[in-house]
Amino acid sequence: MQFWYFLTALTLISALMVVLSKNPIHSVLYLVFTFFCISGHYVLLNAQFLMAVNIIVYAGAIMVLFLFVIMMLDLRRNSPDSKTNLTKLAGAVVGGTVLVIFIAATRKINLGTGADNAFYNSQTGMVENLGQILYRNYLLPFELVSILFFVAMVGAVMLGKREAGERNF
Amino acid sequence: MFVALLICLSLVLANVVIGVYTERKVSAFMQDRLGPMVVGKYGSLQLIADLVKLLLKEDIVPKLADKWLFLAAPCMIFVAIFAGFAVIPLGPGEYLQGSQAQIGVFYLLAIVSIDIIGVLMAGWSSNNKYSLLGAMRSVAQIVSYEIPLGLSVLCVVMVSQTLNLQEISTQQGIFSGHDNYLFGLKSLGIDVTQVGGFLTWNIFRVPFFLGVFIIFFIASLAECNRAPFDLPEAESELVGGFHTEYSGMRWALIFLSEYGMMLLVSVLGVILFLGGWNSPFPNIGSVKLANWTSGEPGSWSGAIWGFVWLLAKAYMLIFVQMWVRWTFPRLRVDQLMYLTWKVLTPFSILAVFLSAIWRMLMI
Repeated sequence: MQFWYFLTALTLISALMVVLSKNPIHSVLYLVFTFFCISGHYVLLNAQFLMAVNIIVYAGAIMVLFLFVIMMLDLRRNSPDSKTNLTKLAGAVVGGTVLVIFIAATRKINLGTGADNAFYNSQTGMVENLGQILYRNYLLPFELVSILFFVAMVGAVMLGKREAGERNF
Repeated sequence: MFVALLICLSLVLANVVIGVYTERKVSAFMQDRLGPMVVGKYGSLQLIADLVKLLLKEDIVPKLADKWLFLAAPCMIFVAIFAGFAVIPLGPGEYLQGSQAQIGVFYLLAIVSIDIIGVLMAGWSSNNKYSLLGAMRSVAQIVSYEIPLGLSVLCVVMVSQTLNLQEISTQQGIFSGHDNYLFGLKSLGIDVTQVGGFLTWNIFRVPFFLGVFIIFFIASLAECNRAPFDLPEAESELVGGFHTEYSGMRWALIFLSEYGMMLLVSVLGVILFLGGWNSPFPNIGSVKLANWTSGEPGSWSGAIWGFVWLLAKAYMLIFVQMWVRWTFPRLRVDQLMYLTWKVLTPFSILAVFLSAIWRMLMI
């Protein structure tokens, strides 16, 4: 429990730092750190596989591409000063609305009395059980997701393809 | 757990000492030179002299560098690679594997991919165009080569039905609880469970794993940024790549992680394909070579034999890495991408399909 409080505090602080830090590169690195903390929460929830997937997909691949793009951008031209007051106001309104919606949605949630230790299966979050469920009960959604990914991949290749007569650089 | 931690830490430190000396001697041999000869007998104390030099050097941070990122990057790289050793079984028995987590090899692949964030941090924070270009190349290369690497690991996982590296090792020798057949084919009916040796290694249990092992080896070379995939630190183009601006101990830390990565992927290759800590000698009739050269799991002799075999095989692979480095010229960027996306990835996807079929023939 003590460790949970520590990890949660760390998660919230790093998530805040994503928004508050001036340098976009620092923001992305804080975001990577936030993903790590979330992976820590997955471990505490006995979901080892999800933890590894979270690191490999988000921290290892997506965030790296983020960093890659931001490092290539000209940071001085995109400094935070260029935002107008209208943008700031719009951001505050949207963010505030989402906050209210979240509070309203979670206010009456019933968290139950905690885990039933006598009947709890320690293998619940492990790869084998996850695979059984994913490939038996949820096979159709799983395959549909893979088709979605395939379409996205084909789209990316089409966009990146050099057309006839076009110079590469 | 702490035993494994201490062993791994000393192993990584010892590895850089052995690795650098061997690398210099091997390269000298291949280029018909003598290599280091001045300090100590046959230059054996050269590395100690180099270490003293690195310790005494000033730790320079460039004026326009992002200071904290610059200082943290080498630690990040080292931590990412050292964390990979957590799930490596250095021998039979529980206390030689840091963590017996069920996801084993998958965790290893995940945590090692964090290494590229450290590389990007180092390259960008140096505020130097060579560093940034080196980091960019490194990331593009590592992200692409993770795909054939992951798929070739997946082949082994499909055949062994577990992600835990200790279980994968145990299956490939005389101590496995299951029946092993020659080439993994049950229909042949030749039971080699008690024969052991190289006959029960994964590369022999599933014959096409030889090709998968080659894919794994090429991809792991690229993951280590070793020649012929050393574009990120190509001396003749980029000075030193992402670590151009580093000096003193921080540079040594980057170097340490580079050699640590070589050891890690070699040990992983040995565990996945070359029998892990199992002895290479089979039992032939009454000549029980496999039993003589390995001990029961959990006993002291088992731990020592296992450790020795694992490291011997891993250093064979490191020697091959060095051999490749001083034999092949560096690849161009487009050749690099062609190799991974159009050659290695299709073949490894095919191999995943074949291993599924082979697994059905094995049971």
